Amino acid sequence: MSSPVPQTIRLRVGNRYENIELVQAILEEVLEPLEIDDESRYWMDIALREALTNAIKHGNALDPRKKVEVALEVGACAIDIVVEDEGSGFDPAAVEDPLAPDNLLKTQGRGIFYMRKFMDKIEYAFGAAGGTKVRLHKKFGGACAGAEGDQGGTDED
Amino acid sequence: MKIDKRQRDGATILDLQGKITIGEGDVALREAVHEAIGAGAVNILLNMGRVRTIDSSGVGELVAAYTTVTNRGGKLGLFGLPKRVLGVLQITQLVTVLDIMKDEDEAVASLS
Repeated sequence: MSSPVPQTIRLRVGNRYENIELVQAILEEVLEPLEIDDESRYWMDIALREALTNAIKHGNALDPRKKVEVALEVGACAIDIVVEDEGSGFDPAAVEDPLAPDNLLKTQGRGIFYMRKFMDKIEYAFGAAGGTKVRLHKKFGGACAGAEGDQGGTDED
Repeated sequence: MKIDKRQRDGATILDLQGKITIGEGDVALREAVHEAIGAGAVNILLNMGRVRTIDSSGVGELVAAYTTVTNRGGKLGLFGLPKRVLGVLQITQLVTVLDIMKDEDEAVASLS
């Protein structure tokens, strides 16, 4: 299979949970021709869902007037999924460990953990005027294996 | 998310089908569990065999259901989990607290 043609797809969607399915369908379409195994596709889908959920629910506080911007940046050997909200930001370091015994039975607080587990790297950035931007990075397998150096399994957030 | 309810040997079994994800399946699961409890259910088993996807909100609903049922003196068990759904629960170590069984027979037997 030939290397994917680098491209970036940008979306600006309303702040509604229904749009998670829309963005997920577009990601599926983007990934379809790429040399990515089914497991990776599945976990990328979950990571995207978590990023969008955080943007809609926590970042934009379910405000229907706000928007979520998404960029799907397909490179030769990796994809970056960038999700940005219009909220007031947060401190990733303040997020509690969902594996701590006292947190195991909490009903929330696992989204960022899942993103870290399912992607190769996640990074947060915060705009001067507010907003949280999360970048989820996943390298492709197959012929691209090792093309980016030994980054697999890291999470640098 | 489609949920069918049935009874077996004193347990209420909810057959789940589809996605347990935010804004859709999570709400349906919550409502189904509360409806079952309202109808007198004490022990509830969730048939996860046809759950395709679960996100952190869906996981949160499973935890909420488990807490609600056990706080009322009942048991909540899960069975038939597809490999990836089980993986989501394993990663966050919920397999150590939730009652997860291989199949329906084992789940029903665990209640006796």
